[in-house]
Amino acid sequence: MNSSVTQSPAMAGRYIVLALIAALALVPFLAPKYMVNLLTEILIFGLLAASLDLVLGYTGLASLGHAAFFGAGAYTVGILAVKGHCTSVLAAVPAALLVSMVLALIVGFFSLRTSGIYFLMITLAFGQMLFALVHKWTELSGGSDGCSLGKRPIIQLLSPYLTVDFSDYRHFYLVVLVTVLLAFVALRGVVKLPLGQVAVGIRENELRVRFMGFNTFAYKLAMFVISGCFAGLAGILYMYFNAFISPEELSWVMSGKVLVMVILGGVGTVYGSVLGAGTLLLMENWLSSYTERWLLILGSIFVFFVLFAPEGLVGVFRGAAARWGRK
Amino acid sequence: MSELTPYLSPFLSGLAYSMLLFLVAAGLSVIFGLMNVANLAHGTFYMIGGYIGYSVVRYTGNFWLGLLVAPVVVAAIGLALEMATLRPLYKRGHLLQVLLTFGFVFIGLDLVKWIWGSDVHSIDPPAILAWSVEIAGQGFPVYRLFLIGFGLLMAIGLWFLLERSSVGAIVRSGVSDKEMAQGLGINIPAVFSCTFGLGAGLAAAGGVLAAPVLGLFPGIDFDILIVTLVVVVVGGMGTFRGCFWGSLLIGQLDTFGKVFFPRFSLFLIYLAMAVILVIKPSGLFGVEEQ
Repeated sequence: MNSSVTQSPAMAGRYIVLALIAALALVPFLAPKYMVNLLTEILIFGLLAASLDLVLGYTGLASLGHAAFFGAGAYTVGILAVKGHCTSVLAAVPAALLVSMVLALIVGFFSLRTSGIYFLMITLAFGQMLFALVHKWTELSGGSDGCSLGKRPIIQLLSPYLTVDFSDYRHFYLVVLVTVLLAFVALRGVVKLPLGQVAVGIRENELRVRFMGFNTFAYKLAMFVISGCFAGLAGILYMYFNAFISPEELSWVMSGKVLVMVILGGVGTVYGSVLGAGTLLLMENWLSSYTERWLLILGSIFVFFVLFAPEGLVGVFRGAAARWGRK
Repeated sequence: MSELTPYLSPFLSGLAYSMLLFLVAAGLSVIFGLMNVANLAHGTFYMIGGYIGYSVVRYTGNFWLGLLVAPVVVAAIGLALEMATLRPLYKRGHLLQVLLTFGFVFIGLDLVKWIWGSDVHSIDPPAILAWSVEIAGQGFPVYRLFLIGFGLLMAIGLWFLLERSSVGAIVRSGVSDKEMAQGLGINIPAVFSCTFGLGAGLAAAGGVLAAPVLGLFPGIDFDILIVTLVVVVVGGMGTFRGCFWGSLLIGQLDTFGKVFFPRFSLFLIYLAMAVILVIKPSGLFGVEEQ
């Protein structure tokens, strides 16, 4: 037995994470453009999936309308730029985060009056309501034509030494990488806070937590709003990445896709979400060039994982590692 | 009479729509009451039923044959799906079952696009019903009157089946106490499968009946799912009465909304849902959760 390895698995894990981050930071200098763009998309959707995991995995609330908060973030940035002629990142980002959080507060206030399967149905209905709103309110959102960002912003950091140009794929990849990493640190922090611990308690046994004197409604609402905020952040990044958003990105297909990412990666693991997003987007990217029946495959993957591997890829890897360790 | 005349036509249209909603929502509600599973593929069963009906009517020219074949085929699909995929998950919780049905929505949508394409289809109403009567000075399609009558008959039939027959007694015993029912020799898994099949069949019947009015296209599955979810949330999940009154309320609200506030009609039903959730989260006729 090698004592130095067995005594510090946490340290080994830390080195692996650091090596991974270093590798991710080097990608734009080595990989071709389409790879960098694909990885940017994976990081953005990984963040969106992680925000859903915060309510699904850590609070036990299955939200089926999470695309709404993603869309709120993206549309706010787009509408500010097109209708408000406000291209300042420093103004648009806080505004978009605020809109996402207020929306999450409203949806959460109504839907959290119920729980379990009711909650799931009601978030689904509210998500579709926002989808319909964006479709119908053509004057503001552009309706089914979607909403374009126009010119991507350029930020002068420590001008004139460091200029970040959002339209340069390498620059933007690094912006997304740093943002998503910081967001993940924040998400891990939320989980470790008393707030997150109470949320896990609610997931396990809400009645007992309520008997201990906690206002479980307020805790659930807080987690829901935080989750909506991170989903909005993912939407903001997506808008700067894609420079265009259509109502389709708010529909149930999107909410469902994000849910598949979480389940594929592993519920309640945060980092599993990136794994799930990566696997799904790589598969979509690869299979879409061979077949038009991508939704069929997506649904089948979903059904397969729910039936045979409900703990997701992280669970599969952990199981394999445990079996390997026993040998 | 004269003051109410302009409201008569939308009222009757709303009633026809309500009856369609009731047919679809009843299946969803019964499945939920018994199995605690919100079947998110319910709209998918509706859509597939409509398309099968469309194909049957197209090749045989007989509407009634379509109305008979589609529910039977879809009920069989539902039964098989329940036995193959939902049954193994009973012990692992209802959430996984609900998520599983969500996977079926993706698969069903793509299958329908594959088989029938993405164009909008419609079924012609049977010749015997393809005319109009004059109501309040305007022509009103007889087919919609037929929908109201047929829906009411189905409602009475379902009520009798679930509340007054021995079959219904078995189902209701399963709702109130599964272990005890099983102890008395009732094969609960079989009851579950049959109920799921029945619900799927009802949705398919709704799909065929609605096709002459609402049309058929990929995407109608989710439109219908959302409206029926609103119906059962407003009425109270798993209650027959709630499902009936919820359908009437939402059907009328939606129809009158479309006539009098076309821009906001879509939000009226969500508004109704939000109001109900604030006043009585378990729905109008629902029992408070423990």
